[in-house]
Amino acid sequence: MKTLKNIYENIGLPRLIIGLFFIFLVVTSIVLGFSPAALFSDVLRRWLMYGTLVLAMVPGIQSGIGLNFGISLGISAGLLGSVFAMEISFLRNWNEVLGAGAPWLTLLLALLFGIIMAAILGTLYGMLLNRVKGSEMTVSTYVGFSVIAFMNIVWLSLAFKNGELSWPLQGRGLRNTASLSGSFGGLLSNPDVVQSTQPAWLHWLAFKIGDFTVPLGLILVFALLCFIVWLFFRSKLGIAMSAAGENQLFTTTTGINVDGKRIQGTAISTVLGAVGIILYAQTYGFLQLYNAPLMMGFASVASILIGGASVRRAKISHVLIGTLLFQGILVTALPVVNEVIEIGTLPEVLRIIISNGIILYALSKTKGGNQ
Amino acid sequence: MEDQYLLSMNNISKEYYGNRVLKGVNLKVKPGEIHALVGENGAGKSTLMNILFGMPVIYSTGGFEGEIQMSGESTSIDCPHTAMNCGIGMVHQEFMLIPEFNVTENIKLGREIGEPTAFSKIFGNLLDKMNWPQMSRDARKALDSIGMMNIEEYAKVAGMPIGYKQFVEIAREIDKTGIKLLVFDEPTAVLTEGEADRLLEIMRLIAQKGIAIIFITHRLTEVMAVADSMTILRDGEFVARKDVKEINLARIAELMIGRKVDKLVDDSLLRSRDLSDDKIALEFKNYHVDMPGERVKGMNIKIREGEIFGFGGLAGQGKIGIANGIMGLFDTQGDVYAFGKRLDLSKLGEALRNDIAFVSEDRRGVGLLLGESIERNITFSAMQIKNEFLTHIGPIKLLDKAKADQHTRDMIKLLDIRCTGTSQAAGSLSGGNQQKVCLARAITMDPKILIVSEPTRGIDIGAKKLVLEYLTKINREQGTTIVMISSELVELRSLCDRIAIVSEGKVFSVMKPDDSDAAFGLAMAGVREEEAA
Repeated sequence: MKTLKNIYENIGLPRLIIGLFFIFLVVTSIVLGFSPAALFSDVLRRWLMYGTLVLAMVPGIQSGIGLNFGISLGISAGLLGSVFAMEISFLRNWNEVLGAGAPWLTLLLALLFGIIMAAILGTLYGMLLNRVKGSEMTVSTYVGFSVIAFMNIVWLSLAFKNGELSWPLQGRGLRNTASLSGSFGGLLSNPDVVQSTQPAWLHWLAFKIGDFTVPLGLILVFALLCFIVWLFFRSKLGIAMSAAGENQLFTTTTGINVDGKRIQGTAISTVLGAVGIILYAQTYGFLQLYNAPLMMGFASVASILIGGASVRRAKISHVLIGTLLFQGILVTALPVVNEVIEIGTLPEVLRIIISNGIILYALSKTKGGNQ
Repeated sequence: MEDQYLLSMNNISKEYYGNRVLKGVNLKVKPGEIHALVGENGAGKSTLMNILFGMPVIYSTGGFEGEIQMSGESTSIDCPHTAMNCGIGMVHQEFMLIPEFNVTENIKLGREIGEPTAFSKIFGNLLDKMNWPQMSRDARKALDSIGMMNIEEYAKVAGMPIGYKQFVEIAREIDKTGIKLLVFDEPTAVLTEGEADRLLEIMRLIAQKGIAIIFITHRLTEVMAVADSMTILRDGEFVARKDVKEINLARIAELMIGRKVDKLVDDSLLRSRDLSDDKIALEFKNYHVDMPGERVKGMNIKIREGEIFGFGGLAGQGKIGIANGIMGLFDTQGDVYAFGKRLDLSKLGEALRNDIAFVSEDRRGVGLLLGESIERNITFSAMQIKNEFLTHIGPIKLLDKAKADQHTRDMIKLLDIRCTGTSQAAGSLSGGNQQKVCLARAITMDPKILIVSEPTRGIDIGAKKLVLEYLTKINREQGTTIVMISSELVELRSLCDRIAIVSEGKVFSVMKPDDSDAAFGLAMAGVREEEAA
């Protein structure tokens, strides 16, 4: 009885409800005749797609800035890195010159640009957050919104030659949605792309077992990122950073610059955001510019909170569980709801209710002790 | 005659969560009398006053035992409002004034005089028009009655000298109709000497009008100067009610401190080292710490190597600031030398790098990572400062979990930390065990100087003894110089070689543990012995 209670306390009420709801949806959709293999492929794909963006929450929370609603900053850096990499790839005609290696180089270049920009922006953003201690989450929300507005101007004024990116009829400005099919789209996760563009020895990156898709490349990359973050928080620097997030006075008396650690945490969070959006775009197959990333911060925040994190403490397990539950519900709810009620927007409504409801719940628990 | 007293509190007892803070205390005050209430920190003065005012904190923790009589009639004071109706007023230590209001508005706050208007006849008197001339006159009268002719009733409170604010507070209490008893809670603590003298004069003036005064203070000279009688409390117990005429300062001090020095530590360990004035471990020269409420203002002291040195003194006098300055939590001025080397305290972690470790008085706020494991708490400082418990893989320093775990288990055993394992969160331990974790963290640093601030605050007697014994042990066995800051004089006297009594941010006097109670009492109150004679 006591162990049962312990298990219940470890899971917590919100995760229990959402977990049961997820299981209910899965069962219902299978009863309604959907292919379980296709369904789980989809859940897995979405899980990995959003995983890194949620992972980006961890350094922010651990270093004490709280939930990083301003992850759009990292997302913007990642998107900028991607469009620059694609433009260079187009100008240098990599597809002709390098063949199957072209998308790889583009992807690496996108990551490189994205990470550098995110590191710089993240540092500045961290310095800003140090000036507004106590209201980081409010400020980060506004930073997240503002940067999207600013990037709208940037997207409109970039004059690129790559026809995949720019508006067809004008000399400047980028499209709302740019296809990555000629570039690094699906390179790590889409069996069709991998089989058709890559040499045979790379076909393990993504393959099918019956109806079930295994995006092994993406799984490995995400696992590697999780491992790096986990390892980081076992390093001297990472331990100092989590202490700074936990108790500023304690950390100061141990001779550690708390503000510096917060800046580093914010920068790492932003960099992970940049990497996250590139992996997201890679999986999705499209680069979504303009207002598309506006609410991604909220989805990430909601995911990690569902996973059991608080605004002060987060673990990798919270990322994994939270993303699975949050994305899983969205994936399974769509077909089920469409079958039951014929209103097209209901899954979207569901998503908003779940994500905002969870954020509200978690914020109301902010002051609730250390347990 | 029982009813010659305006107020008599009989046999008052109070328990907070099983901890008896008042044990059958009596307090009797006659009309027009200035009655001093004296005792050390924690003697129960504040609790007694909270009971008198019917503060919610008393009733939310189960009420009290005993009886309160006003003018001979048994009265039940169950909320501050009732206390006010009984004619009891309070002059607070922290001023309860609204800075942006003027003097009249502050004096009349909550008791404004209104004139009916058309609106107020319909919607109730909250919409009355204020009768400013009448209110100003009342305020003027109250100010005049305490001799404050030079405070303008229309001046804004913000920007006034602190002394004036105090007088406005007093005027507000005086202005209340039917005021019979005024409580002054450490009114002179924040005043300059001139202002304090003025305040004492005003107290006499008020007493002459037949209003009784309860005067709470640590300054025994003021008691002698102004009070007619006094009640002395010690550890929640009633010690004596005396007339000032029949007692002297030394006797008061003795009654306050009492004979209660038991050796907390086994004697076999004590006093067997050679301490020399040539070997100085820690030296303060004109040391200032800007810690609000505990300012250190120019401290000079030399602490010898291998010594257990105590800092005592009343709360708010600055003893707590000494450690917090070294820890780097507050700005410091002046020089601190550790083994002859000057410390640059503006650099983070300077003290730790120079083999000085500390245990903070604020366990939960400063001393611990409450959400983290015992292991993380114990190994953190040594890991960050001395690169211990780490494995190096190229430039990357990773936690050596096995080593940290082993060390934590050793510490748990050594200090008898009661826990479920090394991974239990520090926040879920009891106070005493938390303190042991703090101590374990400090000694993991293997310091040459260990500064412990209030090491036994809020922990049970068993843990207390263990902590003190352990401090003595590392002092004797490893020669660690120990600086102990404590409000508990008993504790300091039981194990220190020398004790500096801190008063007003300075070392008032350095005493030996076996000096007389009276000497300690006087030093705590900031009175020189020649003055007391």
